[in-house]
Amino acid sequence: MKRRVALGWVGALFLLASSASAGEVQVAVAANFAGPMQRIAADFAKDTGHHVQVSVGATGKLYAQVQNGAPFEVFLSADEITPARLEGEKLAVAGTRFTYAQGKLVLWSARPGFVDPAGAVLRQGTFAHLAIANPKIAPYGAAAVEAIAALGLTGALEPKIVQGESVGQAAEFVATGNAELGFVALSQIAPPDGSLTRIAGSYWIVPARLYAPIRQDAVLLQKGASNPAAHALVDYLKGPKAKAIIRSYGYDLVEPQAPAFAPGAPRW
Amino acid sequence: MLSDGDRAAIGLTLQLAAATTALLLIIGTPLAWWLSVTRSRIRPLVAAAVALPLVLPPTVLGFYLLVLLGPAGAIGRLTQAIGLGTLPFTFGGLVVGSTLYSLPFVVQPLQNAFEAAGRAPLEVAATLGAGPWDRFFTVAVPLARPGFVVATVLGFAHTIGEFGVVLMIGGNIPGRTRVLSVALYDHVEALELADAHVLAAGMILFSFVALLALQSLRGAPRTL
Repeated sequence: MKRRVALGWVGALFLLASSASAGEVQVAVAANFAGPMQRIAADFAKDTGHHVQVSVGATGKLYAQVQNGAPFEVFLSADEITPARLEGEKLAVAGTRFTYAQGKLVLWSARPGFVDPAGAVLRQGTFAHLAIANPKIAPYGAAAVEAIAALGLTGALEPKIVQGESVGQAAEFVATGNAELGFVALSQIAPPDGSLTRIAGSYWIVPARLYAPIRQDAVLLQKGASNPAAHALVDYLKGPKAKAIIRSYGYDLVEPQAPAFAPGAPRW
Repeated sequence: MLSDGDRAAIGLTLQLAAATTALLLIIGTPLAWWLSVTRSRIRPLVAAAVALPLVLPPTVLGFYLLVLLGPAGAIGRLTQAIGLGTLPFTFGGLVVGSTLYSLPFVVQPLQNAFEAAGRAPLEVAATLGAGPWDRFFTVAVPLARPGFVVATVLGFAHTIGEFGVVLMIGGNIPGRTRVLSVALYDHVEALELADAHVLAAGMILFSFVALLALQSLRGAPRTL
């Protein structure tokens, strides 16, 4: 018994010692970025030895979790407002916000030929269910609602809308065919080599004029302020390797600029 | 105090629990009866299958329902062929999911009640010339009445408290699939904590009263 305890202590010491060089960082990631984050985390681990623990969810949900003390150290949001609010609430480190990607909204069906290249299928109404992410907590859901309104189809489509709790669940409803089509992020359906011709099913890239740009900001959270691995990840996300991966999922990259949003009221 | 949306969610939840409980009593009574009398070798298999929802995470049930009831699934193809469309995102789909999810909460109390009543009263009735249906409805069912009360309360309350299955196959449609537990989850995620408190406290109160009623029913001296 005693020997076991002793061995346990040795093991714990070993873990502590090894964590000094190879760190760990806990990251909260908006659902649309789950795929690219996985690949970035793998490269990051290879290049730096730091291990990334990824938690995926709707931006608003992750925000609520951070507010309630979740142990996340870096936050990759699907909007720019949420990181700004976290900074305003002193939950994020001031001056660490940056735009890591600009997302694209697509109308997607798992069935080939179901969604036409102009999105006219929305007006034909030849479907029972249209999946979107919960607009209250998911920026891609809010963008979908905005696009539907801009098309003047709110009244016609509202009875057909089914909500996923994140854009991940919305995509799952479409992938299983339970919803014939749905508004998701291009990154979710784009094969990582960027060849849009190989997307399964059919899709329409929603014109950017129909919704406010989805500028996705990341921020270093207070819990990661003194963790070198968290700082390293933030830097890595700005580097060429991460950028190449991000671009390969269909995101646009925007040049770094001063954050446009001051902390304010939620606008999901 | 309650928004229209929350009021709709409460109404929908009560409807779902009522429909599910009714369906469970219809399916569960013969099933429990069979389990209590059979000497068949497949009895342990059926009993274990009925108990599965007690130990499975609701996500397992939700996932398979989504796959099976969907347009490419076996059941989904059947429901489409007979003109029902597909069940996910519909009230009917929630009833199917809830029925599976709450099955053991109805079958097990009924089975226990049938077993507790024993074979003797039925054999006496048989010697007095009562046929099998007569024996079942005039002897076995009245003797198992406490079991029916427990099964009804548990089936109803457990369906009210259902969350994971509905979240996975419901699609969160106001008035159709947004039940109380999902509405509460939405409020929490959107940080509408005052609304969340009202729903959460209401559910605690309801569940406590239901279980208290059950306790007093159980505690009452048996007059059988």
